[in-house]
Amino acid sequence: MPDIAIQVKDLHKSYRQLNVLQGVDFVVEPGRIVALLGPNGAGKTTLIKILSTLLKPDSGTALVNGFDVVTQAAQVRHSISLTGQFAAVDELLTGRENLIMIAQLRHLKQPRQVADELLARFGLTEAANRRVSAYSGGMRRRLDLAMSLVGTPPIIFLDEPTTGLDPEGRLEVWKVVKELAQGGRTIFLTTQYLDEAEQLADRIAILHQGKIIASGTLQELKKLFPPARVEYVEKQPTLEEIFLAIIGQKEAC
Amino acid sequence: MATLQRYFFSDLGVMLGRSLRHLFRSMDTIITATITPIGLMLLFVYVFGGAIQSGTANYVNYVLPGIFLVAIASGTSYTSLRLFTDVQRGIMDRFRSMPIAPSTLLWGHVLASLVFNAISLLIIVLVALLMGFRSSAGILSWLAIVGLLALVTLTLTWIAVIPGLTARSIDGAAVFAYPLIFLPFISSAFVPTRSMPLVVRAFAEHQPMTAIVNTIRALLAGAPASQEIWIALAWCLGILLLAFFFASMAYKKRTSYATNIYQRS
Ligand SMILES: Nc1ncnc2c1ncn2[C@@H]1O[C@H](COP(=O)(O)OP(=O)(O)OP(=O)(O)O)[C@@H](O)[C@H]1O
Ligand SMILES: [Mg+2]
Repeated sequence: MPDIAIQVKDLHKSYRQLNVLQGVDFVVEPGRIVALLGPNGAGKTTLIKILSTLLKPDSGTALVNGFDVVTQAAQVRHSISLTGQFAAVDELLTGRENLIMIAQLRHLKQPRQVADELLARFGLTEAANRRVSAYSGGMRRRLDLAMSLVGTPPIIFLDEPTTGLDPEGRLEVWKVVKELAQGGRTIFLTTQYLDEAEQLADRIAILHQGKIIASGTLQELKKLFPPARVEYVEKQPTLEEIFLAIIGQKEAC
Repeated sequence: MATLQRYFFSDLGVMLGRSLRHLFRSMDTIITATITPIGLMLLFVYVFGGAIQSGTANYVNYVLPGIFLVAIASGTSYTSLRLFTDVQRGIMDRFRSMPIAPSTLLWGHVLASLVFNAISLLIIVLVALLMGFRSSAGILSWLAIVGLLALVTLTLTWIAVIPGLTARSIDGAAVFAYPLIFLPFISSAFVPTRSMPLVVRAFAEHQPMTAIVNTIRALLAGAPASQEIWIALAWCLGILLLAFFFASMAYKKRTSYATNIYQRS
């Protein structure tokens, strides 16, 4: 395994006149959980689509598991799994059939067994033989995540994995993500919930106006935050305050 | 990559299995696809039939090849709809991010369309038999008919793949079929071309549907296939290659642009 899981250099992407990514640089070490934050429309999904070979960048390079996303797309696809921002499940199949299908496409030896384990893990055993068209939004999301965990790709992309889940579902996803990282997988996720990044991620990167404007551990980001104003009680800034302050600073200059 | 090729048939099998499940879980779509052609067949045989000088005693025999073509043209729009849904729901993106030979994503749908149309044509033949359709074609003629109809289906399905991948709305994905359904009417399918005004006749006699209809009509009558079968085959193969080329372009464009219109679930 290469000693860098994801390496992105000077990545640019525009949709016609709209410049979404304007020189994105970052590095992710293997086994880390990295959270990508950014306001709506910042380009988080665009970045994830480029890293998962769905979209071609205009310029710059991105290596995933040591492979170039443009010239070595097939190898990259062997190294990753993707959960997109919106649940991508087959409505006409049952939950179990969806999982078996993915397991077969990943050429696993025992697709049925893999499916049943994942159904149990995500609390879908009871609904396993119902068609997905009859699932609730949260159940679809769980199935969607379960489908991404079929097989053992070393790098996992999760685009807003907990949006639309109930609190219990969120905690379950957090647990799964932590277990995956302990097992040595690299997880690159986006989220709208700052507490999620704070709880889950070893590293946080903030994407704003087409660039990564800050990245590091939560502690490092806290240092970037201007020294606490002299108040009656000194107060540790929350990630939310850091996030808003950094974005505010950049917009001012 | 070698591994992709190694698993090509296994992946294709999974994709086809998925599409066939869709098919057998929505049998109503097949029934719907046969209603218009069967309605037309009733209309032509029992309403217009008496007024049309087809030169054959059995008018059901005469219209059946054209009815086949109408049925196939409307049946292939099912493929557009399924592909459009795959793109819109993000399933296509999920598959594309996995190590699967990309062509299997499309071939699974295309092969399922052959099954879809085989069932719908079978239903139409059964109804035609009830209406008095009789054929003296031998086994070889029937094999030739089935082969030609399969090739026509393949061709029209690859055309249907293009709107399935490029349409911006579900309606847009389906309307492409209308001109194709209309085409047999300006051919030798329902009335002899010699009854048509000069310009229309020139078009009718030189468009693919006429060659296909005449070939099938001759084969159904137990006559040996005339040289028109070669014209029919040439049309089909030529259009098939073109459609395949444009469908691949549409697929590639999706890859570099990915204008998916997701629905929140
Ligand atoms: N296919 C597309 N064609 C044109 N513009 C697009 C396309 N996809 C995204 N955009 C635009 O690019 C910008 C970035 O979109 P993206 O989906 O990457 O943002 P995001 O950070 O994921 O936002 P969110 O938090 O809302 O999910 C947005 O302004 C969006 O409108
Ligand atoms: Mg997004």
